[in-house]
Amino acid sequence: MITLNVNGHTHEVDADPATPLLYVLRNDLKLNGAKFGCGLGQCGACTVMVDGEAVYSCLTPILLLQGRSIKTLEGLGTAERPGPLQQAFIDEQAAQCGYCIPGMIMRAQALLERNPSPSDEQIRTHMNAGLCRCGTHMRILRAVHRASKTMQGAIPGAKRA
Amino acid sequence: MLKNRVIEPIEPVKHTRPWKIILVLIGALVIAMTWTMDRLASFASAGSPPPGTDATYDQTLVAKGAWLAAIGNCNTCHTASNGRTFAGGRPLPTPFGTIYATNITPDRETGIGSWSASDFLRAMHQGIDRDGRDLYPAFPYDHFTHVADEDVNAIYAFLMTRDPVRAKTPANRILVPRPAISVWKALYLKPGPLAPDATHDANWNRGRYLVDGLAHCGGCHTPRNVLGAEKEREDLAGGTVEGWRAPALNEASPAPSLWTAEQLVAYLRTGFDAAHGTAAGAMAPVAHNLSTVPEAEVKAIAVYIAARMGASAGARATAAGNAPDGQGAASGERSAGGEDAPPADARQAKDGEAIYRTACADCHDGGRRGIALGYSTSMTDTTPANLIRVTLDGIHPREGEKGEVMPAFRGALDDAQLASLIAFLRARFSHAPPWQDIGGEVAKAKRERESEDRKSS
Repeated sequence: MITLNVNGHTHEVDADPATPLLYVLRNDLKLNGAKFGCGLGQCGACTVMVDGEAVYSCLTPILLLQGRSIKTLEGLGTAERPGPLQQAFIDEQAAQCGYCIPGMIMRAQALLERNPSPSDEQIRTHMNAGLCRCGTHMRILRAVHRASKTMQGAIPGAKRA
Repeated sequence: MLKNRVIEPIEPVKHTRPWKIILVLIGALVIAMTWTMDRLASFASAGSPPPGTDATYDQTLVAKGAWLAAIGNCNTCHTASNGRTFAGGRPLPTPFGTIYATNITPDRETGIGSWSASDFLRAMHQGIDRDGRDLYPAFPYDHFTHVADEDVNAIYAFLMTRDPVRAKTPANRILVPRPAISVWKALYLKPGPLAPDATHDANWNRGRYLVDGLAHCGGCHTPRNVLGAEKEREDLAGGTVEGWRAPALNEASPAPSLWTAEQLVAYLRTGFDAAHGTAAGAMAPVAHNLSTVPEAEVKAIAVYIAARMGASAGARATAAGNAPDGQGAASGERSAGGEDAPPADARQAKDGEAIYRTACADCHDGGRRGIALGYSTSMTDTTPANLIRVTLDGIHPREGEKGEVMPAFRGALDDAQLASLIAFLRARFSHAPPWQDIGGEVAKAKRERESEDRKSS
């Protein structure tokens, strides 16, 4: 049994320590935000946060995660009460098929928690590790900029979680 | 006010011995004299007519200048992150402060558009700018001084036919006053061409000419002394650059298998050789530049470097029966807890092996995508710096090129897990003694990233 802390909740997981976090999140914990894309750490659809950093959950065996703090898309808000970054993606309509978006949001969240007002160049560099086949990159960039502003309260009246 | 300012720093000197003051005064005089002479020299050269950007140049000369500039790796330092090529502005951290690479586009006001060919030649050979000021040796004129006039002129023709970009170079933030540079030059600049070595063939000599001159390989691969000059007696013995280890390219090469000239050509032109590894860090743009250079030039570099390595240290270890194991951990006889290379801490080794098997082996084990780690020079080098950096940040393709090469594991591994993994990899994939203080190296790599983050924000 391995104890995982996901979105502030503790879970006893009965899985092989070699199991990738992504499989445990989706199959055991029924947290389906993170997606299986390539399984090789190349596309970013599986991205979640561990101790504040963006991590490919498809490549991260749970044996590394005992006692560490995991945050997934579900930890940012709900469909009824989306978090500021989720709301920014909605406001900018930054999804087309949407498959990459949970990973994009979690990667952006890691950046904004470390650096609340990143430059455009910093956002581009940081988000480079996430692939989007639909081509919504410009909207994704706008969404991250928007979230950076709303999270600092700079857009009056914007919805906040 | 001015008078007060001048007097203040002198007062504490009262308590020291007079000979110290005399030494300081002599030093200041020498600096002032050499500085003045350099200035006078500059006025002498200012007579040649400044070129216009509309000047016409022979296209063959421009084409030659293009690949010579690629060998010189000019674009890497003289281009800011996301900036226009050759427009300068890239900060170069040195132990003495930060120097900003200058704009070498032919813009007349912010670039070198008003420089004559002889101004450019003097900068390359003597490290003096158009106004007669000494250039900081971050610009590697200690190497460029060996470059033939005709090659410098070709590079000049190439640069003068680029698009002018108006971009003012930020002011340097450096503690060393410019006049002190002339002292550095007197000590370390050996001006003029290298005498050909008749005991070697033309290819070897061309290779040495490129390696010691334009390519300035020693800029990274030779260790530096306290004044930032390359140690002449340790030529290509391995150095450190921006947190990366530039491995030794002489007989101390840590490569676990012998580099042939053919493998070096492939590595230098594609950034990858399956029997040695991937060009990462500051070497990645070098390989990209060399992919644009005529193969004969890269062959000459390879022939010279291969000869300098000879039967290198790592390969000697391999020949002594320590063949690199390309089969991966699962099929290998040895294990981290085995007799031949036991790491200091059995618990750490066990943790490291579990991490390798679950997070790394999918790609690196059994000849799949990743390089078999037994071939990697990062496993056998004198410090774990490169292995730590590649594990933390991965290896990424150039902007606009396809795919990841290796994903980053920065968030997945905490510091202790990373240290366990590194210790295991060293024990499992090399026959070199364990690295000391891996934890300290991990902390250092993380600090360096944080300071890079701060600089870019």
